[in-house]
Amino acid sequence: MALLSKKDANLIKDPLADNNPITIQVLGICSALAITAELKASVVMAVSVLFVLGVGNVVISLIRNIIPAKIRIIVQLVVVASLVIIVDQVLKAFAYELSKTLSVFVGLIITNCIIMGRFEAFALGNGPWKSFLDGIGNALGYGVILVIVGFFRELLGSGTLFGMKVLGDPVTKTGLYSIGYENNGFMIIPPAALIVVGIIIWVQRSRNRELIEEA
Amino acid sequence: MAIDTEKNSYTVIFAVLMVIVVGSLLAFVASGLKPMIDENERFEKQQNILYAMGVNENEGDGDVAFVPTTEVEDEFSKYITQQLVINGSQAEERDNAYLINVEKALASAKSGGEAELPLLIGEKDGEKFYIIPMFGKGLWDAIWGYISVGENMEIKGVYFDHRGETPGLGANIKQRFFMDDFKGESIMDGDTYEGVEVAKGNNDPLNNDKEDNQVDALAGATITGNGVTAMIKESLKLYKPYLQTIRSN
Repeated sequence: MALLSKKDANLIKDPLADNNPITIQVLGICSALAITAELKASVVMAVSVLFVLGVGNVVISLIRNIIPAKIRIIVQLVVVASLVIIVDQVLKAFAYELSKTLSVFVGLIITNCIIMGRFEAFALGNGPWKSFLDGIGNALGYGVILVIVGFFRELLGSGTLFGMKVLGDPVTKTGLYSIGYENNGFMIIPPAALIVVGIIIWVQRSRNRELIEEA
Repeated sequence: MAIDTEKNSYTVIFAVLMVIVVGSLLAFVASGLKPMIDENERFEKQQNILYAMGVNENEGDGDVAFVPTTEVEDEFSKYITQQLVINGSQAEERDNAYLINVEKALASAKSGGEAELPLLIGEKDGEKFYIIPMFGKGLWDAIWGYISVGENMEIKGVYFDHRGETPGLGANIKQRFFMDDFKGESIMDGDTYEGVEVAKGNNDPLNNDKEDNQVDALAGATITGNGVTAMIKESLKLYKPYLQTIRSN
């Protein structure tokens, strides 16, 4: 027997491909631009969003029947903000080093439109287990794009991956640099992320033409 | 169970309860964890200060490696011999001067108010280190750090940190390849306290020229770099009267 029913499995699989939050729903672009200059930051951000979206979706789903419709957006904001603050405080107390790396992302998580989007579109109308899977799925779909963009931007922009010099040393001219290769400084500035995301969207839609919207 | 969630009275009660529950939860978490967070921050300060005077666990040209938190307190009392509070050219010894809030102290001294600037004196292998705290602003938020100089005003080490500079760009001011460049530069240009400039296109990416008061800038992080330049200059300005007494000794 499968661990998840087919319908449940799709909640995780869809956002990874045909309903990706970044490339199809075009949400969360802002953070995808801001923090993908290096791979490590992309991974950290992806994990943070995974946690906040997974837990947040469950919380919202649990209280969905008692939230007054008029102030539901405020309630959602309060849930995200409190979760993020609690995580930040706990990390500061028990994993100080990690919290320093993460502190930059805290503000970005609160404003991430994917989180509000999933609360609003899914958790408010579905049970906790489904909402949890939906949160995990969307966070993974977001994370995958972040990591891909981070990979190319760090590799082409700085010649490193996770801070390791994989292409040789640009200053002392070793490895690829000895035959005249240069880092592309354009890749480390935010607009380059748009171009990489654009290429991903292009590749994805040319492989699956159903995704192309009618003009 | 039928609650009318559309009623105004329900909305108000819900909002009030939510604020009370969430507020007390956050307050409870924050105050419960405060002692641990404070201790972590104190250890971090000690690690940063020791790092600036070259007491660290760096290996090869790898990442920044501090003295481990478990040992930092002992190492700190071993290497830091004097903790001073500076007012103009006057210096007065004070315990735990390193815990003084540098941002407030510098701002107060700059506006002509009470000046209580912390300065630490460390000793390693018979050499004296004057460790000056700095505070300034980068592109998005605060940047700060420590700079250690010898009696001849030559930089022996620096440590920079930031609150929210862009990862991969401005955030690189706390990477070794940037901080190591400062070593050997002088904060004096002739007889004036010029500090060190983070310069674009100084044609010296390997930083072999230690006489030029310049280090190579970070590509894509112009404003953070300018922030570092300004921070060093502004902070040194306030310490100048005291530093002059060291030089004339």
